Amino acid sequence: MNANAQKEALVETPKKNISVKVLGVGGAGINVMELMLKSGLPGVGFAAVETYAQSLAASSASEKVHLETQLLRGLGTGGDPDRGRAVAEEQLPKLKSLCEGADVVFILAGLGGGAGTGISPVLARAAKETGALALGFVTTPFGCEGGRRQRLAQAGLAEFKSFADGVVCLPNQKVLTLIDENTSLLETFRIANNFLADGVRGVWRLLIHKGLIDIHFADLAALIRDRHAESSFAVAEAMGPTRSREVMDKLLAHPMLDGGHVLGESEAVLLSLIGGPDLTMAEVNRVMEQVNRQCEHAQVIMGAAIDEAFSERLAVTLIAARKNPEPPSEETASGAGAEELAQQLLPCSTTARPGSRFVPPAPALASDQVQQLLARQSRGGARQRKSQARSRQTQLPLEIVSKGRFDKSEPTIHKGEDLDVPTYIRRGVALN
Amino acid sequence: MFNASSIIVGLEIGTSKVCAVVGDLAADGALNIVGLGQSRSRGVRKGEIADAPLAEEDVRHAIVEAEQMADVEIRSVYLGVTGGHLRGFNNRGVHPVVSADREISEEDVQDVIKNAKTINLPAQNHVIHAIRQHFLVDGQDGITNPVGMLGSRIEVDVHVVHGSLNRLQNAIRTVKGLQLEVDDIVFNGLASSLALLTNEQKELGSLVIDIGGGTTDYVVYANGIIKHTGVLAVGGDHVSNDLAYGLKVPLSRAEQLKIEHGASLLDEAAKGQSITISNELGLPVKTVNLEHLRRIMSLRLEEIFQLVGQGLEQADALDYLRAGVFLCGGGAHIPQIAKLAEQVLQMPVSLGKTNSISGLKSALDQPEFATAIGLVKFGSFQQRKRAAKSSLTDGIKSTLGQLFRRV
Repeated sequence: MNANAQKEALVETPKKNISVKVLGVGGAGINVMELMLKSGLPGVGFAAVETYAQSLAASSASEKVHLETQLLRGLGTGGDPDRGRAVAEEQLPKLKSLCEGADVVFILAGLGGGAGTGISPVLARAAKETGALALGFVTTPFGCEGGRRQRLAQAGLAEFKSFADGVVCLPNQKVLTLIDENTSLLETFRIANNFLADGVRGVWRLLIHKGLIDIHFADLAALIRDRHAESSFAVAEAMGPTRSREVMDKLLAHPMLDGGHVLGESEAVLLSLIGGPDLTMAEVNRVMEQVNRQCEHAQVIMGAAIDEAFSERLAVTLIAARKNPEPPSEETASGAGAEELAQQLLPCSTTARPGSRFVPPAPALASDQVQQLLARQSRGGARQRKSQARSRQTQLPLEIVSKGRFDKSEPTIHKGEDLDVPTYIRRGVALN
Repeated sequence: MFNASSIIVGLEIGTSKVCAVVGDLAADGALNIVGLGQSRSRGVRKGEIADAPLAEEDVRHAIVEAEQMADVEIRSVYLGVTGGHLRGFNNRGVHPVVSADREISEEDVQDVIKNAKTINLPAQNHVIHAIRQHFLVDGQDGITNPVGMLGSRIEVDVHVVHGSLNRLQNAIRTVKGLQLEVDDIVFNGLASSLALLTNEQKELGSLVIDIGGGTTDYVVYANGIIKHTGVLAVGGDHVSNDLAYGLKVPLSRAEQLKIEHGASLLDEAAKGQSITISNELGLPVKTVNLEHLRRIMSLRLEEIFQLVGQGLEQADALDYLRAGVFLCGGGAHIPQIAKLAEQVLQMPVSLGKTNSISGLKSALDQPEFATAIGLVKFGSFQQRKRAAKSSLTDGIKSTLGQLFRRV
């Protein structure tokens, strides 16, 4: 009996004692949370935060926080993130008590509207002040929702990033590349929400399961915290005898990973494999080989855990983080949006609003980071700079390069770069 | 006994051309090139067959042309293979000497080579070559022939070239579909280096880079043995593609521009010049900036050499090349490519010339036939080995058999 119990204990790796809370903010965030509630995450506290009373009532979360003030009278923010922020600031103590006692707080929101965009940065701040790790999982609007929502979403994302420890952003637009024409609107939103829910679940598994090869909570925190930057995540699952290969194919085909480009540009990659008791070292090896081949310059942290429920299956969660490059696309997008806005609308109250916008302070650099920055700027040697520049040279995602002759053949990937794309484009050499 | 010479055919199914070279191996060992057939290749991408029926047709044209020129019937070929899936690495095998007097025998040598060949390969990979480099007896390095020496442990370094079994089978199947036997498969880079390098150059250490249409193969020789091989799935096709994309011309026009006006380096004289493209009636249709053309080509070629250099650095093979670099393949025709390679690799570079083979002058001078000629040379080595092994009676049987088959 004792031996049996011991054997059973070995089959599943014990769970760590970390308290996790998932907060769904705003309409979209609550929707994603509903999906997770349905599939169930044991040991996790769920809470819904909203200004609009009706959507709160429809949620099945255990805790509900209705942010209510004189301003709103239960009617929601009306798509204005400033109102959302104001309400959240007012109710900061309530938010802080919500995050009390949690080690990790997942903030789910859909950016572009009023509640999610405005409340989540404040919520992140509240979580940090109570000492928790704040991780945001957000979506940005579809392209067809218009320029204004995109602009608001990007501004909200920037603000959220400056407060949270890490933000993983799934642009809904990318989901469009996965669906075909006949998918209904409901189905599309469901797919997008599912991606986000998968991501949260993947990270949660990472944290909760004490792996055979363990990823410490601190590793994840360090990875996400230091980078202060763009993270991409992807979750893939496969089953059957060739699951290690299948799962890697699925992972690389994930919209967030852009076919391996993101991996090539990442600075740090965190990989978590969850399998059943029948997971073999060869499979782990195979997966890691592929990942290592794709991201040669990155620091790879790998964790593996066993879950009884996963027999015959293999799930891989991948989080890739890279230092925030100057986002030209964001700026041009917002610039274009502003022009569009000025053309379409009469000068309305939003543009003439007095400067009450909260400007986040510049990120504080530790002294050694300042040294690094100065050293990088003044480092001499043309070749070094060239090689540095080359290693950071990313493919400008502005035009789709058709591969001409190599359209239908297997791409030649070398260290994350697709060599079929013309060299002068990859190196950014302009022909005038 | 009946027919002293034998015919060896090398077949290279390349991305831009399919080429078959027929060689005549005389009894005294002299090799003569007697026939050459080539045909434009349409079904091959990046060195691997993408459209099997088209490839078969092209191979048939090439073989027929070679047969006509050499006036023989071709039954079997030595097939050259390449592709991005090929990898080369060095492996070591160990074997303790069992005999009581610690003398190393032929069997010990065979056993240690067999040990070296057993490597942990991915399941679907197949070993194409396992080339013995040198032996170590009790840790003493650099021994070429240990038979008869005394020692307790013998090790051998072997360079292994392996590739995906399915893709190799594709090529072999295509050839077999034409009722031709495949005597052996050979890595293209190895064949090119056999054709180009003299023994002295192999001793001093040299690098052969074969810039083909679909792939760039490279082989490093040092101290007379192969040290490293590799394949980069980027070739002349990528240059044409870059030009088609950058100059906004169709692909065929881009290839024509590449051949007529292309160069590896951007010089001052080209700045500001432009080329007018005319259509079939001779009327000017479009102008293309020469500087852009040169720049696009130069960047792509530079990158190819840089990637080769990186591959060699990783394998730690760059320090041994005293005789320098030799270029072959269609890409060696590009003007000033040797100069560009010198700039990137920081080593003396020259265009390779086939040697120690007599025969068709036109074929031997062109760098793009180096691989096919090398295949013939490889075949001649195999034949000689086989002849040396077989006894007299076997010899009669085989020549009788050959005679009846020919007739």
